[in-house]
Amino acid sequence: MEIPRHWRLKKQRYALVGEVCPHCDARLFPPRDVCPECGGEAKQPYTFSGRGEVYSFTIMHDAPTGYDEQAPYTVALVKLVEGPVITAQLTDLGEQPVEIGMPVEMVTRKIRQDGDASGLLVYGYKFRPVMQH
Amino acid sequence: MREVVITGIGQVPVGEHWEISLRSLAARAIQAARHDAGDPEIQALYVGNLLAPTISHQSNLGTLLSDTVALKGIESWTVEAADASGAAALRMGYLAIASGFVDTAVVAGVEKYTDMVGPRLESAVSQMTDYDWEAVEGLTPTAQAGLLMQRYLHEFPQPRELLGAFPLLMHANAVANPNAMFRKAVKPGAYAGAEPTNPPLNVYDTAPYADGAAAVILTTPDRAQAFPRPLVRISGSSVVIDRLALHDRPWLLGFEAVSHSLERACRTAGILPTDVDFLEISDTFSIFAPLVLEAAGFAPRGRAAQLAAEGIFNQDGRLPLNAMGGSKGRGHPLAATGMYQVVEAVQQLRGEAGASQLPRARRGMTITLGGPASTVVTHVLERRDA
Repeated sequence: MEIPRHWRLKKQRYALVGEVCPHCDARLFPPRDVCPECGGEAKQPYTFSGRGEVYSFTIMHDAPTGYDEQAPYTVALVKLVEGPVITAQLTDLGEQPVEIGMPVEMVTRKIRQDGDASGLLVYGYKFRPVMQH
Repeated sequence: MREVVITGIGQVPVGEHWEISLRSLAARAIQAARHDAGDPEIQALYVGNLLAPTISHQSNLGTLLSDTVALKGIESWTVEAADASGAAALRMGYLAIASGFVDTAVVAGVEKYTDMVGPRLESAVSQMTDYDWEAVEGLTPTAQAGLLMQRYLHEFPQPRELLGAFPLLMHANAVANPNAMFRKAVKPGAYAGAEPTNPPLNVYDTAPYADGAAAVILTTPDRAQAFPRPLVRISGSSVVIDRLALHDRPWLLGFEAVSHSLERACRTAGILPTDVDFLEISDTFSIFAPLVLEAAGFAPRGRAAQLAAEGIFNQDGRLPLNAMGGSKGRGHPLAATGMYQVVEAVQQLRGEAGASQLPRARRGMTITLGGPASTVVTHVLERRDA
């Protein structure tokens, strides 16, 4: 069981809370307290909108432990509108083919199951195609 | 700084060695290297390993392996830098000898991959990614390669099968290497027709993880005066890191640590990259080959596969690449791969590469990647009489 390591990241996993650098205004996700752009201290929370586009993607058939029941699944690099790129699964795809540049939005889903049926469930962000209105 | 030479090499054929334990595997390579060097007195053993604490439930390999080969009371520990661990251990040995603190050392890379089976193996290998932000999303090193190739084909549009030039070359090169896992050439049609595993990757784009161990003996030229065969000098050595998570890199396809590492190693050696006769690079996934060659400046961006198809990197080409088969043909024993690259380069430089011998091999370069160029270790090796 790895409860503390997932619990302490709940704001990031459930709400995309990153940081903004007070020195150079860079938006940071995940939060890291040191701005990779200017090297300054960056501890000011910043909540991302959860909107972005697919930057690259692939499909996993042979999944590692804890992800087997979801396989096959699509894992992508998503470029958030605020700048950072993050790694996340795509979901709710239906028959829609994935393309680089496709607009996506964040949703909360189960991302992993540890151990057997009584094991820890890890929830977090995935991204789905933006609903057409 | 003292000059550092390689006097002994040893390697175990790469494969699935269910009958050989972690310690025996490493011991075979270490003993072979010691005998090859004429059994000198050893003062230190540096071990490159990645997975033993997870897969074999064994840490402190420095002590375990020194103990196994009866090197009593020496200095020894493990160096870990993902699948560049073996190459990073060589850097450690180089620093120890060059500094004057150690006169003769063994450097060994070992990976015992098949002590476990099933999806837990893929999880173990995924530890070399950023666990909190990559692995937890279900990403593995193979998936990272899928992301890289997808983006590469987007930014540099070209026929998908052109990227098969690298694995096809590796398989062809491995045929003559008795230590290679796959000694059978692959037909171009087989590549083009292969089912995608992690699209756009297919089965031929992924080097097989396997068991392996390779080792070298490092010393100073003074202590190697009686060595009867060509001495190989380490003339350049460098380790450079990048951002760990792929998503944090300013340009996904940049592989920036490759160019920085190459530049530093060449500066130490006093050469230009074009002064090398042959290259050994990590081709853990076939997309790594163009990314490394392009970041290193050996091919224009987006053009490496075309150059490969034209034969530039063949054994008889202008810049032979992975002449013994690379990770795709030899097999990829993770942390040990960097040591195999160095051992194979020494075989070439000594003129002991048998049917794989290159016509011109006075100076070679090894570029070893930890993850997708998260860590890059470069070594320049040359014949001392060159």
